[in-house]
Amino acid sequence: MTTKPGKEASRFDPEPMPRRDFLGLAALGSAAAAVIFSLFGMLRLPKAAVLTSPSKKFSVTLPDTLEEGEAFIPEGRSVAVFKDAEGVFAISTICTHLGCVVASRPEGFECPCHGSRFAGDGTVTKGPAPKALPWLKVTADGNRLQIDENEEVPGGTKV
Amino acid sequence: MEKAESSALKEIWGNLLSSPRRIYETAFRSGAPKTDRTRSSFVFGNVFLHLHSVRTHIWSLKWSTTMGLGIISTAAFLITLVTGILLMFYYKPYPDVAYQSMKDIHFVVPTGRFIRNIHRWAANVMVIAVILHMARTFFTASYRKPREFNWLIGWGLLVTTLALSFTGYLLPWDQLAYWAITIGANIAQSPREITDALGITQYFDIGGLQRTILLGSDEVGAEALIRFYLLHVMILPLILVMLMAVHFWRIRKDGGIARPDDADEIVGNEAKTSYPVFTEQPEKTYHLAAIVKGRTPAVGSGPENTLPSMPHLFYAELGVLMLTTFICLALALISDAPLKEIANPLVPENPAKAPWYFLGLQEIVSFSAFTGGIGIPALVWIGLGLIPFLDREKTGTGRWLGGPGGWNLFIWSLLIGFGASVGIEAFAIYFGWLREWFPDVPQLAITVINPGTVLTAIYAAYSIYVVRKHGSTRAGAVALFTCFLCGFVVLTVVGTYFRGPNWEFYWTPSDWPGH
Ligand code: FES
Repeated sequence: MTTKPGKEASRFDPEPMPRRDFLGLAALGSAAAAVIFSLFGMLRLPKAAVLTSPSKKFSVTLPDTLEEGEAFIPEGRSVAVFKDAEGVFAISTICTHLGCVVASRPEGFECPCHGSRFAGDGTVTKGPAPKALPWLKVTADGNRLQIDENEEVPGGTKV
Repeated sequence: MEKAESSALKEIWGNLLSSPRRIYETAFRSGAPKTDRTRSSFVFGNVFLHLHSVRTHIWSLKWSTTMGLGIISTAAFLITLVTGILLMFYYKPYPDVAYQSMKDIHFVVPTGRFIRNIHRWAANVMVIAVILHMARTFFTASYRKPREFNWLIGWGLLVTTLALSFTGYLLPWDQLAYWAITIGANIAQSPREITDALGITQYFDIGGLQRTILLGSDEVGAEALIRFYLLHVMILPLILVMLMAVHFWRIRKDGGIARPDDADEIVGNEAKTSYPVFTEQPEKTYHLAAIVKGRTPAVGSGPENTLPSMPHLFYAELGVLMLTTFICLALALISDAPLKEIANPLVPENPAKAPWYFLGLQEIVSFSAFTGGIGIPALVWIGLGLIPFLDREKTGTGRWLGGPGGWNLFIWSLLIGFGASVGIEAFAIYFGWLREWFPDVPQLAITVINPGTVLTAIYAAYSIYVVRKHGSTRAGAVALFTCFLCGFVVLTVVGTYFRGPNWEFYWTPSDWPGH
């Protein structure tokens, strides 16, 4: 340790950095870098590459008795299927607010969780839902309809 | 020869007989805490007790200083820890199976239902105690120098406590749990409300990422359940315990519980009458073997007005622990933890309510998911963390509302906090909000202007007025903190008692349709 002339060395004086300290800092730095790097690696794990969700595609046949404006809810699905003069269309019944399942009413849809209301075509009329209920892709194969809950189509698309 | 043998055997016999006493003596070297000296070594010679200092200031022992809220929180945590471990004997974190194991715990396992009730009540007591503990620290301005950092640790403990409680909410896998978590996970996704409005969701979907990481899937299912379980029984408790250790240690290193400068005059000379332990005021303490610069808070303070922690502090702490246990047991006997039907992803609970302490936020969420679920909580949270760094004043530390404004300001803030939150709620319930008046209004407008943000703006305006009136940051902080606490309580009460099916307003649950 070097000191200025005329001044006594004190243990409170800042010390110049000896080589040993420099090496120590370098070691600490690389250890920290290794930890951070491995943390990133560990954080990569919880985000799965393949999500374990059940298939969102299914087929249904509409009952002949289905009236215009009446919703048909395929079993186990959060989808409402309608039929009118122009064709068949499917609207998702998962609320765009926070994911509750909306109920189909003659006037449209009603969400039990925070009171969002939707018109018959899915547009929001009341409450906190930020956007309209999405229309889902329907492909008709004779009487059988194939519906994909993951694929949205522009509102008003009927087949 | 024979004699030596028998005397050796005798010695063994004698040692055997005296071994219980010897074991006791080796464990507790200093003997019974009967003198001030042995009382001191009783504390510092014990790994669990030495988090406490050997002597405690009389001010800290007064009930009105802390109201024991920190110890209540700790006690409640210990109770949840014990009962939680017991519940893990039977609980299985897999959809449907989880619900069956809850049924088993409820109906088959001996004392299972009772243990679960205690677990739930202790968790609620803990949430309440932690919030009150924070309020106590705030209103006595105890977060000031040198305790700023410990306030931050407490700030982390509050969030960890809420997270623990929330993750536990999913585990029963009943309707209540399933829908609360569905909503919670979608709140994590709600930054999409903003990114959608800006049209950048495709490139920067932070909301979607948060949700996927939380659930490990697109929906609340097996992956989500195991993640919540892991968080609840492993990750969060570990974080909590680590933060607690730092929190307790810092209390001591920061010089004990905050007290006013004139605390010694106020409590009088009570301790002078007790036997003086050391009379010299230390000029330095051997902090880290005396190589660390700077002074610790113990420097310059003699033993005046302190009492031995054993028994004065420890008996008080034990009393609070027993009281907390008693309260949890009594509540568990009176009221059962709910267990609804098994989770059904196709039919939501109506109304679907989050745990009670989130119902205030759910009120705001019922206007905008982002504002209520992320925007305002984040704002409040950051604001809370900054308090000790914004208020660097000196007056009133360690006294209930000791700073500028005093109790008058507190009462006024209560009135304004109450009036504004009730007023805005009543207005929104009676007249509706933007969407009802202009159905085409873009969501971004509601995200920005909704009862939650309007209320926040009113509170902020009021506290700015208070800052200018009193010329003090502390006064403004008191106003803002009190208003928010009041608003939190009002919104929580509305969400808990006055919201029925479809989140519609009802005066009592007996007015709910279908009841
Ligand atoms: S989930 Fe439908 S209104 Fe909130």
